[in-house]
Amino acid sequence: MLKYLAHRLLIMIPTLLAISLIVFVIIQLPPGDYLTSYINELQSQGEAVDEAKIAFLREQYGLDKPWWQQYLVWLFGMLQGDFGFSFEHNQPVSEVVGDRLWLSFLVSFTTILFTWAVAFPIGVYSATHQYSWGDYSLSFLGFLGLATPNFLLALVLLYLANRWFGTSVGGLMDDQFIGQPWSWAKFLSVLEHLWVPVVVIGTSGTAGMIRRLRANLLDELQRQYVVTGRAKGLKPRKLLIKYPLRMSLNPFIADIGNLLPQVISGAVIVSVVLSLPTTGPMLLRALQSQDMYLAGSFLMFLSLLTVIGVFISDVLLAILDPRIRLGGGTTR
Amino acid sequence: MSGAKKGGSSPDRKLGGKRLEHWVSNEPFDPHVAEALTAEQERIFMASQWRMMWARFKRHKLAVWSGALLALIYFSVLISEFIAPYNMNTRHTDHIFAPPQSVNIFHEGEIRAPFTYGLKYTLNMENLKREYGENRSKVNSIRFLCLGDKYKFWGMIEMRFHLVCPPKGGTLFLLGTDRLGRDMFSRIVMGTRISLTVGLIGIAISFMLGMFFGGLAGYYGGWVDNITQRVIEVIRSFPELPLWMALSAALPVTWSPILIYFGITIILGLLDWTGLARAVRSKLLSVREEDFVSAARLMGAKPRRIIWRHMMPSFMSHLIASATLSIPAMILGETALSFLGLGLRPPITSWGVLLAEAQNINVVALYPWLMLPVVPVIIVILAFNFFGDGLRDAADPYK
Repeated sequence: MLKYLAHRLLIMIPTLLAISLIVFVIIQLPPGDYLTSYINELQSQGEAVDEAKIAFLREQYGLDKPWWQQYLVWLFGMLQGDFGFSFEHNQPVSEVVGDRLWLSFLVSFTTILFTWAVAFPIGVYSATHQYSWGDYSLSFLGFLGLATPNFLLALVLLYLANRWFGTSVGGLMDDQFIGQPWSWAKFLSVLEHLWVPVVVIGTSGTAGMIRRLRANLLDELQRQYVVTGRAKGLKPRKLLIKYPLRMSLNPFIADIGNLLPQVISGAVIVSVVLSLPTTGPMLLRALQSQDMYLAGSFLMFLSLLTVIGVFISDVLLAILDPRIRLGGGTTR
Repeated sequence: MSGAKKGGSSPDRKLGGKRLEHWVSNEPFDPHVAEALTAEQERIFMASQWRMMWARFKRHKLAVWSGALLALIYFSVLISEFIAPYNMNTRHTDHIFAPPQSVNIFHEGEIRAPFTYGLKYTLNMENLKREYGENRSKVNSIRFLCLGDKYKFWGMIEMRFHLVCPPKGGTLFLLGTDRLGRDMFSRIVMGTRISLTVGLIGIAISFMLGMFFGGLAGYYGGWVDNITQRVIEVIRSFPELPLWMALSAALPVTWSPILIYFGITIILGLLDWTGLARAVRSKLLSVREEDFVSAARLMGAKPRRIIWRHMMPSFMSHLIASATLSIPAMILGETALSFLGLGLRPPITSWGVLLAEAQNINVVALYPWLMLPVVPVIIVILAFNFFGDGLRDAADPYK
């Protein structure tokens, strides 16, 4: 097990390096560097350009050096907790970002829990009651959830909430807590608002999960050991829980790898629609204004979240399934 | 059958004491007669792979209907300008934010040809809200196959011919108008062209990339496979949408809208091929061990010929099915990007561009019909899902 863990951890390093390189290349793609657009903006507003400051920034972030040196500076800065400088906000990135990373993490994490909590019972019900009315209607709902893009769902929800309750469901906390330090009351307020984005982001993932769980469980239920167990008089509930359900749990956990990128993607756009104080709106803003380091650190963070999520799912899978645990160290 | 039996009967069998005459049938003898198939059996056993797939696909009713619907919608894309009652850029400054109009056939208890009532417009001076009502006295019959707004067919041939036209002196805003008084229905019809072709071009790119890299990894194995697998892993560990956003934000602002359109489709295709490449690779790995491939190799066929001529046909159908299933993801991707304002730019109009107008909660609350492009999005995505499911089931008819 330890060997497997170490192996998985080691694989993560080149992956993250490659990701950081790609992110760096992408944020470098637009022509000109960020200081030139910054200077242009200042000049177009008729403001004086502080030459000393520009020179200082250019020097500090090595914008006059070749790109690979800039990349190394950026990379080592990140390793030391210096994520660069946000030109738009005129502050270090880490200060601009503030709580957003944690709120993003909170939303994604809760969404995954929600997906599991909903998909599990429904999937089991659908599989054990195949072709019943309940199965059909749940499948239909699932398809609808799969087909509805979640930002549209958010829009529709906004509209309905406005129409019926006359309130806005946007935001992640009551107004009085915005910008306040964390307190118990603020935490509760966040919990109160959390369900809307979680439901909106979670729908399509949940729908997909239900379909997969149903298919897996149906496969398992046709196996001979189930028939044998039934023939020997095992109680249906015990038969279901003890064997086939355990087998179909496997893909449930392995799926985090698929689910997580989906959830994070969904969270970005839903939080723009619902104006949540998470990474989404700020990433969009940073991309639009070409605020290089800010956008870069958001992309890096979101990818890191995915990589770690996949890692956790692999570890959980190894704990659950001895075949993976034992095979992992030797065959790879 | 009877002839063969008689001929084979034993010679010393007696009936009524009298010895039977030795009789031999003159009919031609067919030793394979027992293995011959009836016409019905022949139809099934000898059917080509495509025929069996079709038979299997037909059993999935929902998939057939979805396929028909998609074919219809894609056909409409060819003649969008003809179907739209208005030119999508015509501004009706008297009818800004007009709500959807109903088409009626009853007027004061009489059946009439389809018509709309006139629009009555008042400006509420208290909250400055535009209010529209029906002018019941004005009955405007809708015209069919008629001359209306000028348009350029596929941006080239100038024409005026429409399937439906607004009545003379009246209006036909089936789904309302937007902030410039442009007809929403016409805009949605025109947006269909862009939204649906984005998926097709994107999938073509992703299909080629997937085949190329998957083929490389699966056929050569070893370090080629290893590197491809690592690259795929890295690409897959990016959350899709933020990466799409970053890439499309990097498209130069100076590009023309049509270049941006191709840029976006390429971006969508560039990140989508990983799933297909994995499918190709795993299929190739299993097919590689088959006897017919070894035979081809022993006969000295070149790798390219083996891959294209012998291996590809055996799992092509499967690939097409899984490609169909990833078209909706592309359509959604374009919609999401355009919605966020990072995708296509006006004057190119797609469903996402239309939805970008409905981003604001105030707009949504006051003019809910601006959210209507959601409906075709959901219908098309659902249809593609059902259709792809059916194709996937049919792709392996021998199972």
